[in-house]
Amino acid sequence: MKEFETKNNEEYEDMGSEPVSRTVVVPGEVVATGEDFLPGEGARREGSDVVASRYGLAEKIGRVVKIIPFSGAFIPRRNNVVIGRVSDIVHSGWIIDIDYAQNGFLPLMESPRFVNKNEMDQFLAIGDVVSAKIWSVSPKGIDLAMKGKGLGKLEGGFVFRVNPSRVPRIIGREGSMINLIKEKTGCNITIGQNGWVWVKGNDIDSELKVRKAIEFIAEKVLVSGLTEKMEKWFGENK
Amino acid sequence: MAFKRPDGRKLDEIRPMTAKTGIIPNADGSAMFTFGKTVAIAAVYGPRMLHPQHMQDPKSAILRVNYDLLSFSVADRKKPGPSRRSQEISKVTEWALSPALDLKDFPNTVIDVQVYILQADASTRVAGINAASMALAQAGIPMRDLVCAVAIGKMDKELVVDVDKDEEDFEDGEGATDIPLARFANSDEFTLLQLDGKIQPEVMNKAIALADKAMAKIYEVQKKALKEVHSE
Repeated sequence: MKEFETKNNEEYEDMGSEPVSRTVVVPGEVVATGEDFLPGEGARREGSDVVASRYGLAEKIGRVVKIIPFSGAFIPRRNNVVIGRVSDIVHSGWIIDIDYAQNGFLPLMESPRFVNKNEMDQFLAIGDVVSAKIWSVSPKGIDLAMKGKGLGKLEGGFVFRVNPSRVPRIIGREGSMINLIKEKTGCNITIGQNGWVWVKGNDIDSELKVRKAIEFIAEKVLVSGLTEKMEKWFGENK
Repeated sequence: MAFKRPDGRKLDEIRPMTAKTGIIPNADGSAMFTFGKTVAIAAVYGPRMLHPQHMQDPKSAILRVNYDLLSFSVADRKKPGPSRRSQEISKVTEWALSPALDLKDFPNTVIDVQVYILQADASTRVAGINAASMALAQAGIPMRDLVCAVAIGKMDKELVVDVDKDEEDFEDGEGATDIPLARFANSDEFTLLQLDGKIQPEVMNKAIALADKAMAKIYEVQKKALKEVHSE
């Protein structure tokens, strides 16, 4: 049983539950005027104004104005859990495609048991899907780690992609959303911050239901109180 | 005022504009922009890995634009494939957009922008720039500003906004002049200025003033399209 670690995602908040002012902004648009406001992520200061640098939702929390982007490619950060596919085997480890401009590197030492260097494909072969944690991001490359709860080779099931910016919503506050889906369908689900979702259930019908549910959430960007809406959705889509 | 434009528009009237984002599901960002019968679509992919490696910039991503006037976009079938003209427009579009982007967070990568003209009725490069700037915003790329673009024309002695095919082929008097311009939406930094034809220096200033007004209208259309996707 693979459990998703929610503690890594506390920095992301369920967008539906806090009553702060939110507006859709485009790059170059003035979000706030005056020295009272500080530019946060996705925003910058120009003269006395705080200006958006990205397309997304502008959120004012106290004095800080930040932009939650709607879309965009995955940008790896340390400690992100990602799902990737083995694309090559090299002498000291595996090259993992994590849907970013650079590949991830999973060192041989990260395998939980001893792996014979000549038979590395016995543990992970090209095409296998793994969940791993980003250990470091440097100009030389991305190093992955696989020691930890819920990390490792993902066997069976299937993988599909959603927009990486929707991942915090799909997980929900402290995993509320993902736990609801798990509970209603009885499937094992792992979501990578890169937007790859791995699902494995007892039968194909419940797996497909998970996919439908997650794609439904990914569509609803601005809806608040989504967890309750999902409970209703499960009621309608028995 | 005896002068009439071939399609009866006012001198400073832009053809009806439409804009839409998210039209290509597999792209990281996409948009469509139309000026009357001119239809441009743009798709953004990346940041993604750049090969060959010697093109990589270790300090930032590079922008790579490909403009293509599709073979069915004009009345006589255009021979498909890259041409001198499409290479030039790809390059000027790249130059028009790159000052607006902030790419230092993505070293050694490339952002690919594909601009396709589905229907051509002049002003295709500016329609392409408008679409591409929206698509880049939708792809979540950090940007200083949106880029707005418009073509100003001069038919004999009259300045007109948003040139169409009939006006481009105008031959009486001083003939036709076509001036494609692109500018940041919220500051007066121009990123594209081309001139095909003849124009007096003092008239050029008037043309730029006309463009400034037109940009404001275009910016509203772009902004509206980006915002209404999430308004339901």
